[in-house]
Parts: sequence; structure tokens; C-alpha cells
Amino acid sequence: MPQIIDQIFVLLKHWLMGYIPALLQPVVSAILSVVPVLIAFPLLFAITTVLERKGLGRMQNRYGPNRVGPFGFLQPMADGIKSLTKEDIIPRTADHLVHLLAPVVIVIASFLVYAVLPIGRNMVIVNLNAGVLFFFAVGSMVELSVFMAGWSSRSKYSLLGAMRAIAQMISYEIPLVLASIVVIMAAGSLSTVTIVNLQATYTGIWPHWYVFTPWGLTGFVIFMIAATAESNRCPFDLPEGESEIIAGYYIEYSGFKFALFFLGEYLGMFATSAMAITLFLGGWAAPFSFLTWIPSYVWFFTKLLALIAVFIWIRGTLPRLRMDQLMNFAWKFMLPLSLINIFAAGVWHYMPAGISRWFVVTLIVALACILLSRGLRRNKWFHVRTYRFAS
Amino acid sequence: MLGQGILKGLIETARNFFGSYVNKDRLTTVQFPEERLPQIEATRDFPLLVYDGTDWQQGLRCVACLICEKACPPQCIFIEKSTDKKPDATGKPQFYPARFDIDISVCMSCQICVEVCPFDAIKMDVEFELSTTDRFGGLLLDKQQLAKSNEYYNRIHPTEAGAVDAALADERAKAEAKLRQAAEAKAAAAAATPPPPPAEKTVIQ
Repeated sequence: MPQIIDQIFVLLKHWLMGYIPALLQPVVSAILSVVPVLIAFPLLFAITTVLERKGLGRMQNRYGPNRVGPFGFLQPMADGIKSLTKEDIIPRTADHLVHLLAPVVIVIASFLVYAVLPIGRNMVIVNLNAGVLFFFAVGSMVELSVFMAGWSSRSKYSLLGAMRAIAQMISYEIPLVLASIVVIMAAGSLSTVTIVNLQATYTGIWPHWYVFTPWGLTGFVIFMIAATAESNRCPFDLPEGESEIIAGYYIEYSGFKFALFFLGEYLGMFATSAMAITLFLGGWAAPFSFLTWIPSYVWFFTKLLALIAVFIWIRGTLPRLRMDQLMNFAWKFMLPLSLINIFAAGVWHYMPAGISRWFVVTLIVALACILLSRGLRRNKWFHVRTYRFAS
Repeated sequence: MLGQGILKGLIETARNFFGSYVNKDRLTTVQFPEERLPQIEATRDFPLLVYDGTDWQQGLRCVACLICEKACPPQCIFIEKSTDKKPDATGKPQFYPARFDIDISVCMSCQICVEVCPFDAIKMDVEFELSTTDRFGGLLLDKQQLAKSNEYYNRIHPTEAGAVDAALADERAKAEAKLRQAAEAKAAAAAATPPPPPAEKTVIQ
């Protein structure tokens, strides 16, 4: 019985496919796989916006939105209606076509990456044998759309925001990819389905998640920090920077295009969270062997919601970084640490299993972390500034 | 160690998050339409016209002297002086405002009209829920909308109204005493000169 509940969506699709003529089967199969994702994740976006606002409010000792519907849970509807009925303003000097395309591109890019994310056991749209590569390749389309938005608006603020966003996203994409390389090394595969299947086995009651190894934990932390920066969320929200450049690259957007940007950004956040789950947290696998009777998709969405909660928690805690701090952190801490982490994963692979490799690999990673953080701190001396060109 | 401050901050926000569900004192928000804070006594927003007694037309203290209209910096007061006189609350015949309009969309709540009024006729109201669908007519308050009873004034600004009432009573008593003195002097004069003119008596009364 648990197996049937676990596979209910897969069985449902097979049952529906039985009634479809053979000629139409590939098309209908694709539609049946894609449409649930197109419904589930925007719905999750709607729920997340209200939960985020309520959670942030509680972190600042406020009630969040509590007027629309029971406990304010119909707020996303009100927001949606508002953004649909708002006037769509396009600056006169803007490049109209690119201005229109930018929000479309960000949403398409954000949706495309869901194709390779396994939501449950046997529940993946396509099992690409280069799934992880596809994810990062399509994920970098977001940068393109951000720059399209910033450039086509013909506004100083948007251009500043776009330039910051590009600098930040390119810098953090490197640690993001390097952090996931350790998993690819361990799994020996680029397919997301294979990576999850390898993690869904148990020793006793304990799962074989990659986060439960020293290099996996380091990789996970680096991946999550880089994912925060990739999705332009606090404390890496310089591209948006409400208090300085108002909304950054989408300052000239209003109405539904603005909502599309918002949607794209949240979908990107969900996608990178889902990728972190797939790579490090065992995907749809249960955390203990005796909990495998709970359906796999429930585990996936539980983990996803937990990671979103962490994102919100961090957003409610940390102030925005400065541009030089952001860059220093990416190039002087994250990049060397992720390279050392790859080395540590290699050491782990070639040492005999046992306590000794745990000790050695933990030492490598911890030492690197401490030394690199000391290196970050060393540059913080106070001195009188001299302005070479201004005086 | 790198990240110590971040952990401290995370603990603080987590404490806020859970604490706000347990401890109501943490939430300082007053949810306005349902909950209201008591207004402080010095609250003021737009002017009102005080009337004595029960009839707002009869008891209006305003004598249409036009001082407030001239003193008003944004010129939001419009007064049309009456051509006839009408007895006020004390029975003394006075001019009265045939029209008294205040445009509260122009009024800046400076209280200068209140400061200059020699008759304690114009005072500041505390009513603030004045939103309307008609931004021209709905915000132009006429005489009837402005007229508020002395009891209402006593309720919204007790200390100030008490002082005003005492001063007014004092003034009226003084005026009455003066009148009585004058009457007595006249009566004494009448007693000294034997044939008193009959018209004098009506004046005394």
C-alpha cells in the first residue's frame, strides 16, 4: 500500500496514457509531466510570499499580513489581482522588444531547470544523463534576462542594478558549480536521478546523504551561500538594494511584468534549493530507513519548505553586504574553500574507509576554513583614506 | 571564528519569531479599526465651532467678527456676516455668521484661529476619520457640520474647556455686576430727583 501511494501520480499517468492513441502519446506524456510542475511551483510561490511576509514580521515582532482571508492567507490573490490591473508602464526611450522579453526569459529559464529535478521516486520530467550540467547551463540564462532588463530600461538605476547583478551572479556561479562537483565526483554521474538513487540507501537506519560527510557538509554550506547570492536574496540583494537603487534592474517594470520577475526570482530560489536537496540532502529519500513509508514527494517538499524557511530566516537576520565585501567573500573565501573541498573529496575517495579518513578530511576542511577566514579578517585595518584621483 | 555574529543574529531572530507567538507583549502593533489607543488630551486636528445650550443655531458663540478668517494662514475659512442681529446665549443682540465654511483639505491645523478668537467660539476638534468619496464638497465643512456643543468640547478637552467655561462665567458675572451697579446708581439718581422717567425701569429690567 505505501508503494501505491508513493507511486500514485506515476500510476495515474500510466493509466491515462492507456486511453491516448499511440500517435499522440509523446506529446500528451510531456504535457502530463509538465503541467503539474507548472501548477505546483507557482502555487508554492504564492504560499511562500505570504509565509515569508508573516515570518519576517514575526522576526521583527510584528503581525504580518492578516487582513485578507483567514489569517491573511488570501493575500497572494489580492497581490495578483493588483498586479494584473495595474498600468503597464514602458519608458519612452526603452527598447520595447527587449523590455518585454526580459521577464519572459527569466520565467522560462526558471521553469526549464525543473525538467531535471526529481520530485519523487520515478517522478522526473526527463532523466538527462547530463542533468546537473543542464541545470547550471539553463540557470545561467537568468543572468541574461537580468541584463536584458537592466539594459533595455535605459535607466541609470536599472543599469547599475544589472551590472551589480551580473558581477555577483558570475562570481557566485563558480563556487556554486565547484561545490556541486564533489557530489558528481562521489556519484560518478551527472544524472540527478542516479545521484538521488545512490543517496536513497541506508546503513542501519542512517541514510547515505552526501551532507553527512565532511566534504559534503562543506559543499552544502558553500552551495547554499552561493545559491542565496544566485537568487539575489538577502544578504546578497545588492542588485535589488531597495534602499539605494530602489529595485535595481526591474525598477522600470510595473504591473504584471514586475510580478513575472518576482515569480522568476522565487522559482529560481526553489530550483536551487531543490538542486541542493538533490545533490546533498538525498532528494526524495527519507531521513531514516523506518520512515520510508511516507511518500517520496512528501519528503521532497518537506525538505524544500525547510530550506525556504532557512532562506527566510537568513533574510530576516542579516543586513546587506557591501560590494567589496561581497566580491572578497566570493573570490577570497568561497572559491579557495570549494577548491580545497574538491581536494578533500579526492582524499576521501582514495583513503580506506574508517575513522582515519573522517579525521584527515575534517582536518583539511576545518583548517582551510579557519585560515581563509583569518585571511578575510586581516584586511580590516583602519587607516586614513587617500584619494589618488580626486584631490 | 568566522560566522559567530551570524549565529548570534540567527538565534535572536529565532527567539523573536517564537516569542511573538507565546508572549503577546512582544507585539506592539495596535490593530487599528478594532483596537484604538486613547487619544492624548492635547490632540487636535481641525477647528470646530462651540455652541452653548441645546440649539446649535441659537447658541453659537461666534459673532462673525472675521478675525479668524483674516488670521488664517492658508485662508481656509470663509465667513459671511449676517446683516441683522440675533440675541446670543446671554440674550445680548449680536451679529452671527450667515455662512461659516472651513475647507479641511486646505486647513493645516495650526490653531491660529483658536488663538485669535476673542469669544472662545472656535476650538480644535479631535475627529480624524474624515475620509470621503467627494474630495471637494465632502471636505468643505459648513456651519452645521462645524457646530459642536459645549458638552462635546468639555469631553474632548476637559482641562482647556473647564478653564474657558470658568473665564466665560467670570466675565458674565462681571458684566452682570457692572450692569447691576449701573442700575443701582441710576436708581439712586432717580430717587434723588423725584419724578423718575418711566422708561428707565424697562431698561433696568
